[in-house]
Amino acid sequence: MTDISKDAIAPPRSFLSQDAIQVFYRLLAALLICAVLAVLSDSFLSLGNILNVLRQASLTFFIASGLTLVVLTAGLDLSVGANVALSACIAGTVIHKTGSPALGILTGLACGGIVGLLNGVMVTALRIPSFIATYGMLWVLNGLTYWYMAGETLHGFPAGFRQIGSGYLFGLPIPVYLLLVFLGIGTLFAQRTIWGQEIYAIGANPVAARLSGIPVARRLLLVYAVSGTMAGLASIIFLSRLNSAEADIGESLTLPAIAAVLIGGTSLFGGVGTVFGTFIGALILTLVLNGMNLLSVSANWQPLVTGIIVILAVWLDMKTRRRAQ
Amino acid sequence: MSTAALAVEPAAPTPLLELRGISKEFPGVKALDDVSFAVFPGEVHMLLGENGAGKSSLMKVLCGAYRADAGEFYYGGKTVAINSAADAQKLGIAVIFQEFSLVPHLDIAQNIFLGREPKGRIPGTIDRRKILADAARVLGTIGFDIDPSTIVDKLGVAQQQMVEIAKAISQNARILVMDEPTAALSDRETELLFALIARLKADGVSIVYISHRMAEVFALGDRITVLRDGRRIDGVRPADVTPDQLVRMMVGRNVDMTYPRNFADKPGEVLLEVKGLSATTGISDISIEVRRGEIVGLCGLVGSGRSEVARAIFGADPVSSGEIIFDGKPMSGEPDLAARRGIALIPESRKSEGLALLRSVGDNLVVSALRKLFPSGLFDQRRAQRTSDGLIRQLRIATPGARQTVGLLSGGNQQKVVIGKWLAAGSKLFIFDEPTRGIDIGAKSEIFALIDRLVAEGAAALMISSEQVEICHVCDRAYVMREGRIAGHLARNELTEENIVRLGMHHA
Repeated sequence: MTDISKDAIAPPRSFLSQDAIQVFYRLLAALLICAVLAVLSDSFLSLGNILNVLRQASLTFFIASGLTLVVLTAGLDLSVGANVALSACIAGTVIHKTGSPALGILTGLACGGIVGLLNGVMVTALRIPSFIATYGMLWVLNGLTYWYMAGETLHGFPAGFRQIGSGYLFGLPIPVYLLLVFLGIGTLFAQRTIWGQEIYAIGANPVAARLSGIPVARRLLLVYAVSGTMAGLASIIFLSRLNSAEADIGESLTLPAIAAVLIGGTSLFGGVGTVFGTFIGALILTLVLNGMNLLSVSANWQPLVTGIIVILAVWLDMKTRRRAQ
Repeated sequence: MSTAALAVEPAAPTPLLELRGISKEFPGVKALDDVSFAVFPGEVHMLLGENGAGKSSLMKVLCGAYRADAGEFYYGGKTVAINSAADAQKLGIAVIFQEFSLVPHLDIAQNIFLGREPKGRIPGTIDRRKILADAARVLGTIGFDIDPSTIVDKLGVAQQQMVEIAKAISQNARILVMDEPTAALSDRETELLFALIARLKADGVSIVYISHRMAEVFALGDRITVLRDGRRIDGVRPADVTPDQLVRMMVGRNVDMTYPRNFADKPGEVLLEVKGLSATTGISDISIEVRRGEIVGLCGLVGSGRSEVARAIFGADPVSSGEIIFDGKPMSGEPDLAARRGIALIPESRKSEGLALLRSVGDNLVVSALRKLFPSGLFDQRRAQRTSDGLIRQLRIATPGARQTVGLLSGGNQQKVVIGKWLAAGSKLFIFDEPTRGIDIGAKSEIFALIDRLVAEGAAALMISSEQVEICHVCDRAYVMREGRIAGHLARNELTEENIVRLGMHHA
């Protein structure tokens, strides 16, 4: 009896938040893709293949997780791929010259972070739209990397360093642990800190955010620096996995990272999305490409399929959100 | 109310347009419930109601933007259908919305004849001479003396409104629906608009006029229809009612329009002191003082620099010279600093500057208090929820819950959310910029009661308002601005509408 009276005065049970519903849809989509692939291909469900998918998804996710924060503020960072290339080349050089992987890792992270900070300065102090600032930065970084490398390839790193990208721990690839760690950190940062809340507020309405007392410029600097640092992290994993670095390694990274963010349900208009959604986005993207490989579909079809998935995901997202309103 | 009650005057001519039993439902809301409404030729029909009463929905049904779920339309006594904007236009119904639908970078003539341009001799061209001549003729009929080749972007709000009216007239509009047309006009511009309305009436054009201002209702209206909660409450003539009676009809309860205040005998210590403040936004040599326990008015014409003073104090615009001393210590910096020191700004345009419309009520309520509520930097959803639930109860914000999207609330409730976020932040000085704009009367008195309570508890308020009645009733004293400067100061016993107007007028 007491239970009933309690129910009567309790506020109506709160529904799942919009974000949670959108993430749920995406998980469902990922599972559906898995089910289809499991039926179509014998090798899909093998442990080796699943670990391979996770490892590939992790690379996209590292870049895309930082990018998610930028997109949440209604910005865009087009320089992440070029940033990975420059950071990898510089980190690789430091390891070659000093023989110290630790120093190399620090340099790579710092390089990425500084580039991100410069993006942030252009967006806040110079008020250049992020799309243009980071697009210009992309060319600048490419130019620097090509000049610095002068056509050379860095090759051969210490075995310990190579473990980061290709090693295993208790049967799981090390990048998968890193993925889980950064998925946790990213989600906590976005959902459970006041900086995260402020980032959502800035994306939803930057003018109102400023007039609500949020230090908008400082938060934007932070967000671009984080995006750059995550590119730095990706560069380390890239370097250690490929065991080499060239000037052009970044060129195929930016667009898939943006695709993961969009498939993950983060709105380019800002204020809506989650880091976890981006993880699912990276997973869906990798699963589809992996499935196409397993089914011996020519790699030439991959860009087309990626494009269709992005458009489909955003369209479904808009449809379901509009209905919820 | 039966439709029979509609015929206020038994010998009245056939209505030009009559709506019977209109209903319109949205998921969860009955926006219009069996509403009947008639417009006679050449009358000004005032449409009254609080925000959310159904005025906008009725207007949208009239102009074909919404399709009524049930109900009948009669035009000159004959059944018609209004299912689309084209239907409404054919019947001569035109709406002047608060947000104009003009193309800013085209000129007046192009805007008036947009999509109906006279064709030139070469196919695909426009007869420039004819369009200008036609536009000049239309502008002439409404007595608006301006070069039709002026780019719309260069026009003030009042002039753009004139262009909208000219556009409607050029489409042979017989019924002109105007949504709070004086909301953004100065007194002088309002007079011009009223003169135009008289002229249109004389030509037999009917006007449906939505307003929140009592004075206009009695000055202009031939008849008044009051809506509340989607229902038609009554149709009356201005001569037969008092403002108080109208307010009761709108609100459904007694509301005190005098905004009673407990004026403090002795104001407290000085909280804000501004000395010789100038900024590139057009204000110069501003010196004002606000004490704890006071509501200080900041009046003057629109454009006299009132909002710019508020923004400069809050750090939203850079200051070029002068001093701001808050709570005994000098202050300079961005809004985040001002907010942390205890200053709150409730901006004039709450939708674009006060709220993140797509976010929830709860998100908006805690956004300024994040640092105070979570000093560790770790955000706790349950704590945030408790805080916003408390504010929703305290401010009586009408919302299904803290998760509701704030953009779906009515204007008055949105304003309460903006105020609420600063209550959560524990602000000491509240700067209100037009706090009651677009807010219905019930919510207005609630907001004034709230401000009164705030200052009684030791906070202070600086209140910008174009409603001189409100300033006179609510403020302890007031500064009057003119052309970016303080033109004068009015103590409580000098605070009259005449004095405010006298000080604020240009003496060119």
